[in-house]
Amino acid sequence: MTITTSELALRQEQDIVLARQQVRTLTQQLGFGIVDQTKMVTAASELARNALIYGGGGVMRWEVLLDGLRKGLRLHFIDEGPGIPDLGLAMTDGWTSGSGMGLGLSGAKRLVNEFEIDTAAGRGTRVTITRWK
Amino acid sequence: MERIPILRMGEFLLVTIQVDMHDKLALSLQDDLTSEIQRREAKGVLIDISALEMVDSFIGRMISNISSMARILDARTVVVGMRPAVAITLVELGLSLTGVDTALDVERGMRLLRSHLGSGDAADDDHDV
Repeated sequence: MTITTSELALRQEQDIVLARQQVRTLTQQLGFGIVDQTKMVTAASELARNALIYGGGGVMRWEVLLDGLRKGLRLHFIDEGPGIPDLGLAMTDGWTSGSGMGLGLSGAKRLVNEFEIDTAAGRGTRVTITRWK
Repeated sequence: MERIPILRMGEFLLVTIQVDMHDKLALSLQDDLTSEIQRREAKGVLIDISALEMVDSFIGRMISNISSMARILDARTVVVGMRPAVAITLVELGLSLTGVDTALDVERGMRLLRSHLGSGDAADDDHDV
């Protein structure tokens, strides 16, 4: 069950910082421990930068989840950029199409409990990550 | 324009990162530090990241770059004060900062820099730690 949802535009570099601060606040409100907060904030930073640099901008949408007694945070990073033609390659550690380190997608995946990606050439990219408390 | 201040302490440069850096700010710190090393003929750089609540792959790369560039310019870099949650996250992210010297706090970091310097010619400064 989703309790709250809202979104933040990712249009310029400063928005990556705002996305990190937003995720920090949300994870604190949910009572995440400091390591879990840091992991979720770091994953959000990687994915927000991807949406901006490779997707040409987009949005971060968040949902606060309640599943029985379990609370969680789900983040969607949505862009309408060129999409990822070869997802297998893009998920490989160290592979980059740009100037990064190639750890954005694969690294973010390791920092969360659930990771989903929906993309195709010309269709944009939507990455969804979830972390449960 | 916004800049991260670089302080000089004898032969060392000291940087304390106090803000959540956007990417351009991190890049300008990298440029500023390398030119300061050359201009001041610095032998060591101490970067205090104790105020940083997260280090992602971009900031991690900046730290690695600074360390490599400084080494080529004959200066050592020590990164101090990384929070445990940041260290855990960095390793899971896949960044191990190989080749970057670290210390737990500023005092230990300064000692490490001095010991690097002392292993060359005898250090004659009279600072006591």
